[in-house]
Amino acid sequence: MKVEPIEEELVGPGHRACAGCGCILAMRHALKALGKNVIVSMATGCMEVVTTPYPETAWQVPWIHVAFENTAAVASGIEAALKVLGKKHVKSVAIAGDGGTVDIGLQALSGAIERGHNFLYICYDNEAYMNTGIQRSGATPYKAWTTTTPIGKVKRGEDRPKKDMPAIVAAHGAPYVATASVAYPLDFIKKVKKAAAIEGPTYIHVQAPCTPGWRIEDSKTIEVARLAVLTGSWVLYEIDQGKLNVTFKPPKRRPIGEYLKLQGRFRHLTNEDISEIQRTVDEQCKRFGLE
Amino acid sequence: MKEVLDGNEAAATAAKLARVKVVSAYPITPQTTIVEKLAEFIADGELDAEYIKVESEHSALSACIGAAATGVRSFTATSSQGLMLMSEMLFVASGLRLPIVMTNVNRSLSAPLSIWCDQQDSMAVRDSGWVQLYCENNQEILDSTLQAFRVAEELLLPVMVCFDGYILSHTAEPVEIPEQAAVDEFLPVYKFPYPLDPEKPVTMGPLGVPEYYEESRYMLQEAARASKEKLVEVDKEFKRCFGRSYGLIERYHSDDADVILLTMGSLTSSAKEVVDTYRKQGEKVGLVKVRSFRPFPAKELIGALEQAKAVAVFEKDISLGSAGGLFLDVAASFINVKPAPLMLNFICGLAGRDVSPIQIKEAVRAATKAAETGRVRRTVRWLGLRKEVLG
Repeated sequence: MKVEPIEEELVGPGHRACAGCGCILAMRHALKALGKNVIVSMATGCMEVVTTPYPETAWQVPWIHVAFENTAAVASGIEAALKVLGKKHVKSVAIAGDGGTVDIGLQALSGAIERGHNFLYICYDNEAYMNTGIQRSGATPYKAWTTTTPIGKVKRGEDRPKKDMPAIVAAHGAPYVATASVAYPLDFIKKVKKAAAIEGPTYIHVQAPCTPGWRIEDSKTIEVARLAVLTGSWVLYEIDQGKLNVTFKPPKRRPIGEYLKLQGRFRHLTNEDISEIQRTVDEQCKRFGLE
Repeated sequence: MKEVLDGNEAAATAAKLARVKVVSAYPITPQTTIVEKLAEFIADGELDAEYIKVESEHSALSACIGAAATGVRSFTATSSQGLMLMSEMLFVASGLRLPIVMTNVNRSLSAPLSIWCDQQDSMAVRDSGWVQLYCENNQEILDSTLQAFRVAEELLLPVMVCFDGYILSHTAEPVEIPEQAAVDEFLPVYKFPYPLDPEKPVTMGPLGVPEYYEESRYMLQEAARASKEKLVEVDKEFKRCFGRSYGLIERYHSDDADVILLTMGSLTSSAKEVVDTYRKQGEKVGLVKVRSFRPFPAKELIGALEQAKAVAVFEKDISLGSAGGLFLDVAASFINVKPAPLMLNFICGLAGRDVSPIQIKEAVRAATKAAETGRVRRTVRWLGLRKEVLG
């Protein structure tokens, strides 16, 4: 598929995201792929807050925020109404962060996918509750520092691995599930276009660094996001009608330490910790057929 | 055309007559047969609507919010725990000014678990910005539901039509069903002024910074107050079209009464019977029924009650740690009115416990004594408490 993102900016001009915010990039690219004929329902979270402090709005498309945990249910109602109105050319698009998706929004999302609504759900994953000040979510990676997984004398960071949300969605039998990264915008845009064109529930999980939350420099967002992919920590793939397809294979996998050492949230890691994480990444890459 | 319908069938029939376009449905006792009936109407082609089989009541109202915001008439129904689960969304629906109509079949709250009737559920969400109407019988359920759509859509306020579980929901009585054409004339096609539409994008539900939030609440309160006039206007229009009207309150032998019973919901019918027996004995006992609890008809109630010596407020709810919700509002209405009648609060009929004429008479006796002595010994009392259970 040839990718031709539209020139027009549909998120902006102007928003209040932090310098170097990965999530707002994901919004920008997603809307470039989707175009104007969408209705966006958005969960409470960073993107909601930074784009719509009344009386300002960054949204050039119809947009609604209802609450934190029910974005997929709101998108269901919008889709049903679009059906009633015969507006086949308009897509219902739900957008939520990782907390709003993998934790509090999981039930509503599961219900909406199971019911087979024609909608696209985009999860922007910055790997913690950043809007409330960096608390761990089910999407926080193993060993990461957050304010609720502090580095103490007894406990040192998050003690559980990241929830595999795309696999959970895929298990519902959704016709299209994909991962993406803000460091690979053309791959992301292509996937958004593909997902939006499918009649049915589709899901894209885009990893997007948070500069204050990951403790990285404002200028390092893309570099860090790219290293997540190049180390095999974040694998870019799609599950299209049940068929797995890795959309980007890093030519030579970089050691995980290169990714971790750029981020303050992993500053406490010992060499042993890094080796342990490397083994987990290796196993994951093996499953995806990445060397 | 008259048909024998139970309360839930009356509610579902009204939703069908209103030509709702999106129904979101989740079962809960005793509401369940409403969404069952609507599923049947749709399955039989009698109602052309999208039926969203949501996975919770929270999502039921969330889906209605999405649909109403996109520009179609939306409906759902719930009870008890379901209403509690969607309580967060109640405030959002009114804050977004979405004209959703919902039935709440009144049922008690856990714990302990109970599926039986009282009004603790809707009373607990009285501050949510929804209009709350309480029905006395099945005809009133059908009529109030039709009125609810007009009121909601003309004011951009959600409306909750409440009625007692089992006592009405599962009890059949003859109900006059209006002709579809007449309903179509009474209730125009849904038109939401600011729909989510790519042709004219709007941002709905933004971050309300301190410079604006208070005003948004003030405007919502103004709309809630204005809903009083709107209810009266729509009720009059309904009478013109269908010959029936209900008012914000109903007075029953209350004009010259020394003791007035104040009721809400199906208990009204039993209490009216008791009033009749007193009247036959020449005793000045009357009744006032509250149909609209939100907006609260304070002015109307002052007018109806101020000449009485004592008012006995009956209610199937309790604001734990205080008194009954209806009582609190009635008492507050009289805060600057002198002289005001004495007021007694009778908590009764929780979780489906029958409120018998004997108990109602017990309350009348207490109120009569207060009227005679000019004193109230205990303001809040519980009717029919089983002392042997309390130990």
